[in-house]
Amino acid sequence: MFGLGKKDTTVFVVVIILALCAPFILNPFPTGSSLAQFNAGYPDLMQRFVIFGIFAIGFNLLFGLTGYLSFGHAAFLGMGSYAAVWMFKLLSMNVIPAILLSMVVAGLFAVVIGYVSLRRSGIYFSILTLAFAQMSYNLAYSVLTPITNGETGLQITLDDPRILGSSATADGSIPVTNLFGLEMRHFTTVDVAGWSFNFSVGYYLCAVIMILAFYVAVRIFRSPFGMMLRAIKSNQQRLYYTGLNARPYTLAVFVISGMYAGLAGGLMASMDPLAGPERMQWTASGEVVLMTILGGAGTLIGPVLGAGFIKYFENIFSKINDSVLHGWFAFLPDGLENFVIAILHPFVGKGWHLTLGLMFMLVVIFLPGGLVEGGQRISRALRRDKPEDNGAASKASHEPAE
Amino acid sequence: MSKSTLTRRGVLRTGAVAGAGVALPTIFTSSSASAFTNEPTGGSVTLGFNVPQTGPYADEGADELRAFELAVEHLNGGGDGGMMNTFSSKTLDGTGILGKKVEYVTGDTQTKSDAARASAKSMIEKDGAVMISGGSSSGVAVAVQGLCQEAGVIFMAGLTHSNDTTGKDKKANGFRHFFNAYMSAAALAPVLEKMYGKDRKAYHLTADYTWGWTQQESIQAATEAMGWETVNNVLTPLAQTDFSSYIAPVLNSGADVLVLNHYGGNMVNSLTNAVQFGLRDKQVNGKNFEIVVPLYSRLMARGAGENVKGIFGSTNWHWSLQDEGSKAFVQSFGTKYGFPPSQAAHTCYVQTLLYADAVQRAGSFNPCEVGAALEGFEFDGLGNGPTLYRADDHQCFKDVLVVRGKENPESEFDLLEVVEVTPRAQVEYAPDHPMFAGGNLGSCNPGA
Repeated sequence: MFGLGKKDTTVFVVVIILALCAPFILNPFPTGSSLAQFNAGYPDLMQRFVIFGIFAIGFNLLFGLTGYLSFGHAAFLGMGSYAAVWMFKLLSMNVIPAILLSMVVAGLFAVVIGYVSLRRSGIYFSILTLAFAQMSYNLAYSVLTPITNGETGLQITLDDPRILGSSATADGSIPVTNLFGLEMRHFTTVDVAGWSFNFSVGYYLCAVIMILAFYVAVRIFRSPFGMMLRAIKSNQQRLYYTGLNARPYTLAVFVISGMYAGLAGGLMASMDPLAGPERMQWTASGEVVLMTILGGAGTLIGPVLGAGFIKYFENIFSKINDSVLHGWFAFLPDGLENFVIAILHPFVGKGWHLTLGLMFMLVVIFLPGGLVEGGQRISRALRRDKPEDNGAASKASHEPAE
Repeated sequence: MSKSTLTRRGVLRTGAVAGAGVALPTIFTSSSASAFTNEPTGGSVTLGFNVPQTGPYADEGADELRAFELAVEHLNGGGDGGMMNTFSSKTLDGTGILGKKVEYVTGDTQTKSDAARASAKSMIEKDGAVMISGGSSSGVAVAVQGLCQEAGVIFMAGLTHSNDTTGKDKKANGFRHFFNAYMSAAALAPVLEKMYGKDRKAYHLTADYTWGWTQQESIQAATEAMGWETVNNVLTPLAQTDFSSYIAPVLNSGADVLVLNHYGGNMVNSLTNAVQFGLRDKQVNGKNFEIVVPLYSRLMARGAGENVKGIFGSTNWHWSLQDEGSKAFVQSFGTKYGFPPSQAAHTCYVQTLLYADAVQRAGSFNPCEVGAALEGFEFDGLGNGPTLYRADDHQCFKDVLVVRGKENPESEFDLLEVVEVTPRAQVEYAPDHPMFAGGNLGSCNPGA
């Protein structure tokens, strides 16, 4: 389907279903229950899931295919955000021009940064990209304050011109981001027998764009261009000896990857019209590396899973505080309750980084291929079980596959 | 491979059914929208407390959280009632707000605008918070205030001292009890003139964000008006932890006063660095070298230890105040936590009570009605003397304290002494003062 192989079609359909049914999947617990704490199906977090999914898909095109580890990818995300917010300030609150400009701006910067950085490979490439990202961060933080509004972050105000839109709505408030009148922040909550599901306009826009981005990524993975990128990863020297110049290919994929990041930044600004320099900080760049490796670098769906995993921890685990813990363990005797909470305390709330770090270590040590490898192992184990029930014949037929 | 048509049809059919299934319930629910965002329908109401738990303002954040917990306890009828007993408005009776039990959720702002907005959004969208409060940075306050305006909930600012919060970035849904940079400068300047004379050369180190900018601008204007000269102003990143490289140039600049427009961990580090470089023992232009910290707090004084002795600054509130409200608050905070509250704790506690009281008086949680009840509200008994919530910019006007690091502290909490209580009239300004111009409250947004 859509020019994809059978296996890719399956993955693609799974991604579509996951993306469109996310409001159900992410709210598995009834609203009133004590487990509602773990529900993630509210618009802001769902938007973050898919936006960082796009970011990670783009990063994986570069890192997963060519092996070039960019340590400054957040710079493109930040540039995309600034471009989009400026579009909201100057042109109109429609998200389409903002998203387009954010991709163009990120792409232009990627050409410049890529042209310089790609002259080196390996660790030197990583350091160069890191240096460029930190430079962008510091420029945005202090030097370019008139353009970026420094640490406070660039925000839209009532007296922005907005040539094609209006500076203020009739009742004197700031207009909201929209897609031809469809407000991004609008959402409908549906209550079904104790469960409540949020359907957000902004989320579905992000989800549709993520599906498109994923489709483009699959096509790139399976194209001759993608094959060339894999060749660069396996042995760049060999390519040069056969008379092929690898640099145009690496630059092209670097720019594509940068545009993905810009798209993610533009979408972030479209969902919440604010851009701050901390989006460009090296920790943000490191985060997308973590997402990709955690999910499975070089796989199609891995980065999306990794992005969801990290954002879930950041937003859900960080909100568990001591009073929530006391609520959970109230059934224990007092002394034991305090003991259990004292042990759990460092791992929740502001200590969510610690939990995430442990998970990351476990994944890297036991599942070097990331969450995708975990999934593969489980499905393999299931497949191994099945033949024993069905008899030896099917077992034999499955063997070659393994 | 020939099965592909079947798969496509199957996918299409499933897609159509799923789409219809998704769309169907929305037809029934879209009409039953509530009157405003997160209208509390059950027996409880949820407030969102968004404070920095990590980063340079983490100490303030932790103290704010304690104050919020105390305020919620008092609103629900627990504890000794604290300042509810001394508050001039008597609508709060310990039965929650409008008879609904008060519950709360917390979040970490990380002192980053992005993280703070994400945290506030999750409180509004996931937990159904009808009011957001807290924060210890003006950058964050401005960002979250903007978000609350868009989402249609009330924002009761915590510790935010920038002129912009109720100046060019003011919003109809945002309210600030804390004082601001202009007030600090107006209160501090006469005291500085009395202590250090009219002929001084000042060197500014300024935190590079909205608060630092307006604080520096205010103090420069106020000191230059009395004859001081400003030698230089250097902006330092908020995340900076070592200020040695910024202090060294001060020595050769010819300045004889160093103004540290820093707060929290920034100020603790920059002041410690300045003292280590021997600035306080120096003689410049035949005068003792002096250091001024425009915005002071006890938590900072504790962090900087010995170094704060004799250093002037201003503060919103101090636990050693002897009015009934302050005594009641220190009493109940001290009983619960074993030490006196900071000014950050005080402003957050007061903001929570003011919100609850406004809801009681308005008879509704609707942000527009709550806002109308707060606008122009005059009250007393909350530790700052008679106070006005000005309707023009949602800023509280009250007396300002000028404090000095104590030379001989009697306990680990007794670090600051109140030098002067500057009367409200002296720190008031017109709503269209140039330092606050360029903003517009807009109209209140109830959301939904």
